[in-house]
Amino acid sequence: MIEVRNIKKSFNSNIILNDVSAALDTGMCNLIIGASGSGKTVFMKCLVGLFQPDNGQILYDGKEFLTMGPDERKEIRKQIGMLFQGSALFDSLTVEKNVMFPLNMFTNDTTAEKLKRVNEVLERVNLVGANKKFPAELSGGMKKRVGIARAIVLNPRYLFCDEPNSGLDPQTSLVIDRLIHEITKEYNITTVVNTHDMNSVMEIGDHIIYMHKGLKEWEGTKKEIIFSKNDLLNEFIFASEFLKDAKDMRMLEATGKIDNDRNMEDIINNDAPLS
Amino acid sequence: MNFFTEFGRYLLLLKGMFSRPENGKMYWKEFMHQCSEIGIGSLGIVVIISFFMGAVSALQTAYQLTSPVLPKSTIAQIVRDTVILEFAPTLVCIVLAGVVGSKIASELGNMRVSEQIDALEIMGINTKTYLVLPKILAALMMIPLLIVISMGLGIWGGRVAGVTTGILSPNHYDRGLLENFVPYNVFFALVKGYTFSFIISSIPAFYGYHVQGGALEIGRASTKAVVVSCVAILFADYLLASLLLQ
Repeated sequence: MIEVRNIKKSFNSNIILNDVSAALDTGMCNLIIGASGSGKTVFMKCLVGLFQPDNGQILYDGKEFLTMGPDERKEIRKQIGMLFQGSALFDSLTVEKNVMFPLNMFTNDTTAEKLKRVNEVLERVNLVGANKKFPAELSGGMKKRVGIARAIVLNPRYLFCDEPNSGLDPQTSLVIDRLIHEITKEYNITTVVNTHDMNSVMEIGDHIIYMHKGLKEWEGTKKEIIFSKNDLLNEFIFASEFLKDAKDMRMLEATGKIDNDRNMEDIINNDAPLS
Repeated sequence: MNFFTEFGRYLLLLKGMFSRPENGKMYWKEFMHQCSEIGIGSLGIVVIISFFMGAVSALQTAYQLTSPVLPKSTIAQIVRDTVILEFAPTLVCIVLAGVVGSKIASELGNMRVSEQIDALEIMGINTKTYLVLPKILAALMMIPLLIVISMGLGIWGGRVAGVTTGILSPNHYDRGLLENFVPYNVFFALVKGYTFSFIISSIPAFYGYHVQGGALEIGRASTKAVVVSCVAILFADYLLASLLLQ
């Protein structure tokens, strides 16, 4: 579990995070959502120690991360896996070598043992046979899967994903979302996902934090988001007519009524999805 | 950003390099890789420029030495001393500042922009130690070797040019090489070589490591790294000459 207490971060006089607190639970996909510039990437970079917050505390299973010495921090970082927005694969290394890199750096396993582990995780992310390919030869979705494989190869306790669906088609996005969700449950890890993809929110959002202008504006589950009365959140999540319809259909399905004055015939005629 | 802020960040980068490696084997591998990239990768250009700078300096010295009183072997002495004292260490290092420096800056810049450096940091790897230190050590190891090769090739280039154009005989040239030879000059050239190697590797590493933005900024950082390295080499050249050639 990761606990964040009152963190603040500003660049020059520009306040990016203002007194944000949150509890990110183990075995759950914790989603940080918000518009571009809302502070979610800075929030994630503070969590993993790439940025030093001006104030506040970050606790990894009760251990204060920000005041740790370099060696202790290194130990925590070995338990962190991260999937970057652009995958951040090492260009000059093959898929196999990319995934093997953390094993080479931090274990004394034999080459055969390392290779076995690499093949296990590549199989887990459905990338069998891609071992000898270079990142430049892979599609966006494959790169993300290699990124996930590299992130989980050391069996991390915490997984961070920065916009895992950016630049992917909806079908591939769904595959990546489900993979992250399955891995979270399978390994019982604390997963934090930064996204502004609403499909991800509804697909894997066990715990959702909505950020707006550096503040935590709302917190809840994917079920609660449907019934939320928070205007800012509703404007952000249900921005299009299609999504508004989807929300109303879900409310209708759950409660038998909707809480606005929209015309039900229009909603039904739009063929909004029921699930 | 003013000069002192930038210089302070440069010193912090150098200070940050000194930490215990996570895995000595991986660091050794990276060091050897950099030795190959910097040393073998630059050998071709060093061979070409060294041979021709020796050849041209032989021809130009002969052109300027018109006095019949001066023996022909003086040409060899002048070629030898200019190659050892100035051409091999300084000219070669200025060329290497372009070749090696831009490569280091763009490689690190690309890694920074594509979040590869962040990925290494997240894994718990000290990126300054893993990415910058092997480059500097490899440069300190390989560039003085290239300078020694350049000295030999420059002198040989002068001999080839002098003999093939009929300016002087091989015997005259070889005798000239041995006359009034000062071994201290080689020591001085190597001191310059080590100093310039450090400049060529550390300054571009600094600019590459701290790139912010995209492809355009990588190009800018690369250009700035080469320009600053060249200026620093010329400045250090003057400083070392005034300190060591009294």
